Parts: sequence; structure tokens; C-alpha cells
Amino acid sequence: MNSFVERYSTTSATGQLRRAQRLADEEDEFSDAAWGSSAGFGNIVKGSPSFMVPNTPDPTSFLRLHTDDHADPSCRIKIQHGTTTLAFRFQGGVIVAVDSRATAGSYIASGTVKKVIEINPYLLGTMAGGAADCQYWETYLGMHCRLHELRNRERISVSAASKYLSNLVYSYKGMGLSMGTMVCGWDKTGPAVFYVDSDGTRLKGDIFSVGSGSTFAYGVLDQGYRWDLTDEEAQELGRRSIYAAGHRDAYSGNTCNLYHVKEDGWKFIGNYDLAQLHNQGYGYEHRVEGRSSANPPEVVATA
Amino acid sequence: MPAMVSSMSQQPTQQAFNPYTENGGTILAIAGADFSVIAGDTRQSEGYSIQTRYAPKVFKLTDKAVLAVNGFAADGNMFVKKVRQRLEWYRHAHAKDMPIRAIARLIQTMLYARRFFPYYVYNILGGIEEDGTGAVYSFDPVGSYEREACRAAGAAQALVQPFLDNQIYFKNQTPAPGSSFPKHLPLTSVLPLVIDSFTSATERHIEVGDGLEIYVVLAKNSTALQSLQSLRGAQEVTTTADGERVFVIRRDLKKD
Repeated sequence: MNSFVERYSTTSATGQLRRAQRLADEEDEFSDAAWGSSAGFGNIVKGSPSFMVPNTPDPTSFLRLHTDDHADPSCRIKIQHGTTTLAFRFQGGVIVAVDSRATAGSYIASGTVKKVIEINPYLLGTMAGGAADCQYWETYLGMHCRLHELRNRERISVSAASKYLSNLVYSYKGMGLSMGTMVCGWDKTGPAVFYVDSDGTRLKGDIFSVGSGSTFAYGVLDQGYRWDLTDEEAQELGRRSIYAAGHRDAYSGNTCNLYHVKEDGWKFIGNYDLAQLHNQGYGYEHRVEGRSSANPPEVVATA
Repeated sequence: MPAMVSSMSQQPTQQAFNPYTENGGTILAIAGADFSVIAGDTRQSEGYSIQTRYAPKVFKLTDKAVLAVNGFAADGNMFVKKVRQRLEWYRHAHAKDMPIRAIARLIQTMLYARRFFPYYVYNILGGIEEDGTGAVYSFDPVGSYEREACRAAGAAQALVQPFLDNQIYFKNQTPAPGSSFPKHLPLTSVLPLVIDSFTSATERHIEVGDGLEIYVVLAKNSTALQSLQSLRGAQEVTTTADGERVFVIRRDLKKD
């Protein structure tokens, strides 16, 4: 009886505490962290971000009406699309290669997009689908990977990090998030690549390619892949696959960003202009030079 | 039978919640070695009618950061208001202005907080980085962002950006034998490029015109100061003594 009264009374100590907590909860638009910097994540109240949702019966169809440019190119808010990204595991670690083109309809919105997201010195994520979705959630993942390190005194495994991301996007399933990403890194188990997408799919594997140019990249990648590739061979295969995708897929192109993950973390290998690669040896014209009648060898002038 | 008649007149109606409109205009920003230029036209239109000939799209946030907004004007103005509020809170908490790279991240999270009810706004942030270099950050409506050297957005984006690619990045140009292209252009060559971009966009796009507002942010001891002081109608709007200086230059554009 006493505990029952205690539970519902408004004057007892617990009752007052409850009321104080309720008052504190009501002030939820901004956390106290918003008054400072909190790494820019000022909208994150009590550990998870809060989102404003339109006051309509079906918020998801509202979003689709105004943003999805794949189904309706005339809609106002264009979200960047079109990509080729790939990652593969081999004897020497993980190779991550991506293109750098962002398209809005048929307009090339940018040719310098960073589609590899550096989550931390041991983890990389790739960007395909909504640019903002990938950037935001993979940065957010980086925060939680750091918290994991502080709590457990060891680095998070690639498996755990990717599962964190996949559970996170799964909780927003059907709300219109669009991301197809590969979480790549090196942990206790060695090199690892996980494919995570906004449908909730999470796959462990050796070779993945994501995006509109993925089929072209797979063609080159599968053909040239071996587990015992040397570091140089593997980097060349990644670069060559992105070149092929940039060449055949109109929604991919501009430049290739290449990363190599080894035991001591990832390393940025380089940025390669695809048009330059085409003119300096990757192009068909160079590969057939001097080998067909249409492309005869240059006649060397003899005295 | 009367029931039949009434059911005929009661056609199903679909009501879509449409809170957005497009207000035209164009914005652009270029980063130099120790300065940054952020510009926008001042026309605001809806469809074929001009609502006003002076609606600023470029806003000074701090003495080292200027934000240009384009798209839906109501969302843009509200967004700038909210960013300024957060920057003021930051000033109260830290007794200094927020660095531009932090403002960029703040804008990302503020835009993404509206992921399911977006601000229909394209943002370009220009200013001076903590290391004294000129910076330009461009955003999409839901917060993906990137640091760049130059960016045009808005109605005449497709007209202006290719011109900038050619003149700033020297795309599709080959340097004369024995020479190379400069990595950064001086302010004396950037300002004419900005003005030419807008006069040309005004000629070919109906939603661009009326007026041009150019903000120039200079780093501490920037060499570009002299060229700016000799310029017609350059007005200083600096408010702190941190060293960075902000100027506005206004020019007329065709009003037809």
C-alpha cells in the first residue's frame, strides 16, 4: 500500500524527482550540448539524433514526392546519385577504389566528390546512393567507434562497426534513406569487407562493387582477381576497374580515389584523372596500337 | 436518385502537402590563397513574376564566414536565422567565433536534422580557415558537403559553373610550353570573373538580374587589401578586431 501511494503521489521525494525529470525531458529541441560545440552534432539529444518530420498523414510519401529524382526527374530537391565504388580483400589487405562524379539528373553536379569516408585510421566507408545519408551516418558511426574504444579499451571490429551501421539504418527502414556502402578495415581477424545498405542487408565478403557502374567494375575485377595479388597488382586492378566503369557508365567518371588498408591502418594511394588514364595507356587505342591494320605501327623513317 | 447526383459531384480529391517554391537567383563563391569571395544576385522571383529586386541571398555570419543561400527563400532566411542563433550560442559558450570548418559541420547536422522534411536550400559557405587560407564549402539540401575552390549554385548554375571550371581550374586549357597555370588567382582577377559570371547569367537567364552583392573576406594581413581599397564602392563591414576583414561590393545588373 505504501509503495503504491509512493508511486502515484506528487509530493513524495520520488514524485518530485519524476516531475523534475519530466520537465527536463520536455526541453528536448536542443540538448545542453547545443550551447557549446559538441563537434557539430548539437542536434543529438541523449545519444541519438532527432529529426523533424512533416505533419502529414504519410511523411514518407511527402519526402518521396519532393526528393526522389530517380523516379521523377522534375522534382525540386535533387539528391546526388550515380556512382561506382569497389572494395576487395586480398593477401596484402583491402583495396578501396571509387570514382568522384555526382550527378543530379543529367547534370554533373560535381567531379571532385570524396566517396571514401575516413571513419577512423583503421576504418573506411564508401559512398553510394544519397551523399548526405552516407556522410552523416558514417561520421556518426565514427563517433560510436570511438566510444566503443573508450568503453572497451580496444578497437571495434569491422564486423561490429558494420553491424552498428546496419542496425542503425534498419531502424529507419522505409523512411527513404538511400545508401549502399562497404565498411572496410583491419581488425584482430585481419582484413575485412562488409557490404551494408539501407534495406538492411549486411554481407561479409571478399569482393564487392556498388553503384550504377558496378557491373562494369565487376567485369574487370572478377577477371583479374586472385588472393595472392601483390600490393601493386591489387592497386592497379582497383584503378583499372574504376576506369572501366567510368568509361562505360555515364553516371560515373571524372577521377578515381584509391585507398589501401593494411595492418597499421589505411593509406591514401592517390587520385587519378580517368581522362588522363585513358590517354596514357588504359584506352583501347593504346592497347591496339601497332597490332591491327587500322592502327599500323608508326613507320620509322630510315635513311 | 438524389443520392446518385451528390455522389457524382463528390469526386475524390487528392491533397498534397506542398510547402516549397523556387525563388530563382544564383549564388557563387571562389576561394583564393588568402581571401574568399561570396556573391549572389538580389532578384527574387516566383514563376515569371519578380517579387522583389532586392532580396539578399548572401549573409555575413562572422568576420571569417559568409553564407550564401539559394532555392526557396523562406527556408533560406529561416535557415540563416537558425545558423546565426547557434553561432551566437557558441560565442557565449567559448568567447570566440566558431571556426569555418566547424560551421560547415554544424550546417551539415542542421540540414540533416531535417532529412525527412528538408530545407529546400542550396548553401555555399565561404570564408577564412584557421590556418589563414581561403575556403569554400558547398552543401546539398540535406547536408552532404565538400570543401572546394569554387562553386556556383542556383538557377544559372549550369551556365556559370562551366565558365568557372575553365577560368579557375583551367579545365580544357593547355599551358603554353614552359609555363604552368597558377594554383590560386589574385583578387584582381577573381572579382572581374565574378562580375562577368553574373552579367552573362543575367543575359541568358530570366531569373537572374537586378543587383549583385559580392562579399570579400580577407585573411589577416592579406595582400589583396590594397586592390580592394582602391575599388569603387567597396564598403567594409568588419565587426571584430580579430584580423580578418569583410567587405561588400554592390553592382547593378540589368533589370529587364
